[in-house]
Amino acid sequence: MQQIINFIIRNKNFLLSLLLFSISMVFTIQTHSYHKSKFINSANFLTGGVYNSINNFTAYLNLKSQNQVLAEENSRLKMLLFNSENKKDSIYLDTVSYGGTYKFTLANVIRNTYSGANNVLLLNRGKNDGLKQDLGVISSKGIVGIVDGTSKRYATVISVLNTVNKISAQLKKTNHFGTLYWDAKSPYYIQLIDIPKIAPIVKGDTIITSGRSSIFPKGIPIGVINDFKLDAAENYYEINIKLFNDMTNLEHVYTIENIDADEIDRLLNAKANE
Amino acid sequence: MNNSVFLHIARFISLVFFQVVLFNNINFLGYINPYIYIMFIALFPVKNNRFIIIFLSFLLGLSIDLFSDTGGIHAAACVFIAYIRPVILKFSFGMIYEHQTIKFTSVEFGEKLTYLTILTFLHHFMLFFLEMFSVSQIILVLQKTLFSSIFTILLILIITIIFSKKTK
Repeated sequence: MQQIINFIIRNKNFLLSLLLFSISMVFTIQTHSYHKSKFINSANFLTGGVYNSINNFTAYLNLKSQNQVLAEENSRLKMLLFNSENKKDSIYLDTVSYGGTYKFTLANVIRNTYSGANNVLLLNRGKNDGLKQDLGVISSKGIVGIVDGTSKRYATVISVLNTVNKISAQLKKTNHFGTLYWDAKSPYYIQLIDIPKIAPIVKGDTIITSGRSSIFPKGIPIGVINDFKLDAAENYYEINIKLFNDMTNLEHVYTIENIDADEIDRLLNAKANE
Repeated sequence: MNNSVFLHIARFISLVFFQVVLFNNINFLGYINPYIYIMFIALFPVKNNRFIIIFLSFLLGLSIDLFSDTGGIHAAACVFIAYIRPVILKFSFGMIYEHQTIKFTSVEFGEKLTYLTILTFLHHFMLFFLEMFSVSQIILVLQKTLFSSIFTILLILIITIIFSKKTK
């Protein structure tokens, strides 16, 4: 017993380092598995509050470019509205949901990162505004990420520029789908794998979300094909996509909630359990 | 004694604050950020208890992690360099360290540069390796380590020169 205590006292620095190092490694490994980063995230009162007050100052610096982005979106929506073929002679009975399955909420990005390998954004909306895990986040130009952690007033978003993310995407002109991932090299390009060799792909083709999960609806723009090559086994394409979104300049984003998500998940789980 | 405790608390808080608000957002050439908060570990008095500095390094790293959503990579890298700091001190300062009379304001510039360089490279390598978490991306890790280390070392030297008391 005496010897054990002596051993501990003699090596206390080493043991403390080992303990603290292991704790850090546990936190690190948790962030590398999807939706596990529960303890250490910035959607809490302290860090959220600090970033919010900083953003109150820095938001002014981007006003001009953000106004430009919003004006572009306005003009696009106006074009859709005036060119739509629906007659405007009837209104929805339920004016809250407009009969659709997707509910949009406006949010501001109060912290943006794009230099690391696992980038996380912070939004100034939280549980109080109806945000929860697994909501899609888009901007006016394309996809941004998926909501991960939420507190009462803040939410963290796993950016598409994150090596953990696996979002399903497809070609716009055909229905061949694959998986998006990021090789952590440039914030302007992401990669699409698992597109079968038979798919007719050309440089400049548009890539959209496939709507195969209940997170993103089908048809949200992602980017255009920059270059592509066959993988080692020569069965699937590895495609480099240039993002529509400038991920280094984000301010106004929308979260998408699929109102039918629970129903779809239940149905799929019931099928899987049979 | 009390005075130096307050000095260290102030240093801790201000380094975390400036790292999070300013230096994490520089993104020079897209991805190069300096991590100047390791100044706290590098310039911590040598004669103090090693137990304290290891624990404080962990807290320092964890607070950076909390703000930047990086899990525990900063904490792990900080604990690592805090633990092996005596070895680096011995290597770069030699006899002065043996006699426990080291003072960072009054050592030779060359020795100080060696010390800072080794410490920064080790910290950054650990940090980026844990961030990528794969051996296949080792070239990218080394590239990031090299560029960010140069940036960090330059900034730490500039800051220490600005804040050093004039020795007449």
